[in-house]
Amino acid sequence: MLSNNLSSKFRKAALAFTASIFLTPYISQANPVNSTGLAVTDDKVTVGILHSVTGTMAISETGSVQAEKLAIEQINAMGGVLGRKIEFIQEDGASDWPTFAEKSKKLLVNDKVAAVFGCWTSASRKAVLPVFEQYNGMLYYPTFYEGLEQSPNVIYTGQEATQQILEGIDWAKSTKGAKTFYLLGSDYIWPRTSNKIARKHIDKLGLKVVGEEYYPLGHTQFNSVINKIKLKKPDVVFISVVGGSNVAFYKQLKAAGINMTKEKPLFLTISVTEDEILGIGGENIEGIYASMKYFQSLPNDNNKGFVEAFKAKWGKDIVIGDVTQAAYLGPWLWKAAVEKAGSFDIDKVRAASPGIELTTAPEGYVRVHENHHLWSKTRIGVAMTDGQYKVVYESSDLIEPDPFPEGYQ
Amino acid sequence: MFAEYTASELTSIFAMQGFAGLILFSVFVLMALGLAIIFGQMGVINMAHGEFMILGAYITYLTSNVFSEYVPTLFSGYFFLAMLLAFLATFLLGALVEWAMIRHLYKRPLDTLLATWGLSLILQQLYRTVFGAREVGVTLPDWLMGSYPLTEMIEIPINGIFVMVLTLIISLGVYFMMFRSRWGCQVRAVVQNREMASAVGINTEKVDRITFALGCGIAGIAGSAFTMVGSTGPTSGQLYIVDTFLVVVFGGAQSLLGTIASAFTISQAQSTMEFFLSGSMAKVLTLLVVVGILMLRPQGLFALKIRH
Repeated sequence: MLSNNLSSKFRKAALAFTASIFLTPYISQANPVNSTGLAVTDDKVTVGILHSVTGTMAISETGSVQAEKLAIEQINAMGGVLGRKIEFIQEDGASDWPTFAEKSKKLLVNDKVAAVFGCWTSASRKAVLPVFEQYNGMLYYPTFYEGLEQSPNVIYTGQEATQQILEGIDWAKSTKGAKTFYLLGSDYIWPRTSNKIARKHIDKLGLKVVGEEYYPLGHTQFNSVINKIKLKKPDVVFISVVGGSNVAFYKQLKAAGINMTKEKPLFLTISVTEDEILGIGGENIEGIYASMKYFQSLPNDNNKGFVEAFKAKWGKDIVIGDVTQAAYLGPWLWKAAVEKAGSFDIDKVRAASPGIELTTAPEGYVRVHENHHLWSKTRIGVAMTDGQYKVVYESSDLIEPDPFPEGYQ
Repeated sequence: MFAEYTASELTSIFAMQGFAGLILFSVFVLMALGLAIIFGQMGVINMAHGEFMILGAYITYLTSNVFSEYVPTLFSGYFFLAMLLAFLATFLLGALVEWAMIRHLYKRPLDTLLATWGLSLILQQLYRTVFGAREVGVTLPDWLMGSYPLTEMIEIPINGIFVMVLTLIISLGVYFMMFRSRWGCQVRAVVQNREMASAVGINTEKVDRITFALGCGIAGIAGSAFTMVGSTGPTSGQLYIVDTFLVVVFGGAQSLLGTIASAFTISQAQSTMEFFLSGSMAKVLTLLVVVGILMLRPQGLFALKIRH
């Protein structure tokens, strides 16, 4: 009985599925704007948004979804892309990497989306990568990450590790006279690769690493490492702790009588954005430094307009972190590439991407490199009690992305 | 390793390290007491224990908001009220869950694992819907976040002391309830022989409900206290569940004293090893030691002598 029931359900589903394939609007192959049968009609184009809105990662990915929707709305208000309004299909990766792969296949194969804006963790990106390469899709990926990757099917709108780290360490040396470093991170690929890059650079500058430590993801007790830091007295504690552990770490630092504003030691992080400070509490993290390309407080006109629009759409109390801004760039970079190519075809968009520049980006000017990452500036901000960073330094030039740094692998 | 430090530096670091171990011990006891009652005394595997803790944390968050909004003058004392409210809320939710779900599963302990796992997912999504996916920042009164400088090097975190005192009070409270009160006597009777207890006139259903709710209530207090040292988000409860079960199982499921001994052993082992090795390595070795001892003593450190 049960098996009969199941098989008839399955047959129905299969029928519906084949019907859906044949019923998609037939698109003429001769049309240069769309010669590969993507979901593009004369007045609209469909894209995909693929982030976790449930599960552990929803904390981080919520901001990215909001930014991508805002960008799409703004582009539509300006008349869309090649005269077509953007519609999006949103899928939930549910903080589960196989789910990400499955949903990306659905977006590319069933929905025929022209581009996908999504993923947050490297694990989710690695899971969808084969799907994008097999079905030739285009993914705009927003998170700062460890590098060591370059796919023809991905545009990386966040910084890769060297852009964040080298600048931060140089700054600590030249403005703060730092000589000794203590590296502390969560135990997975991004902090470990980041610290490898950091250590190599510290050695190159003739400075010293006095300790390197990793704690499991979700670790909540940092008293031992705080004692070790007190004993070793490094000039700089370089931190790549992620997620809920951050809250525990900074609260315990403060409770252990370490005043972060005294800068003895100086705390320099590459993983705490304004988003994380919401959970930590500004009063518990005042005085630490972060090395990133974007802070909500960046004083330029592009950013003022962006922050206002973001608050108007998502609420006045919202905060905007580095990744949220990078996610916002995705739809704009895609629009620019499509218009330069004069077509939605993935291959033409890919060919048009290197050299694409945005002068309207909230972070300032960015340009797409041949290696699909962005030329961008790096800023150092100091955390204030109100949960915002104050920018204290900005790199003088755009920093070239270098996802495969010499000798760091 | 220690050649480059002076004797006084080393003394103070070891003193602080010992203190860190004690804080960890208190945190473990506080985490595990509620589960020891539920799992140990009732045989219910409550996978939603962490979510009950986080409910306590959210209640604390709400209380702090209400205080800073309406009675800012009393803000420094809100934490005590918050803990009480956290206890009440989780106690009531525990009683409800017991009535709706757990009481039908007493004969099937493995099914409680699945049912409470489902409950934990439901609660997580509920928190996400109500409070948003992002973590919330619980503002603490200044006196709780300070530290007391004992010497040049040694700083005593006030919230560490607070957690210790709280753990002591709650442990004593549980002890008196379980071993020095009429109700505790009934609980232990029900645990040891349900039918016989029922036959001599003990209302086993009521005892079950209150015991379960009490375990959840203690989890709520723990969650409230942990807003001082940890994060409050929809999935933060997951951070505690593994350690909690580790402590309870290692201590011997049916012994509250075992839970305390086990929390002490694990916390001291872990904080000592964390000092000499890296954090991840210490965790792995701690787990290996626990697994090794459990292979030799499957019943855990302490076991009740009951004729089955």
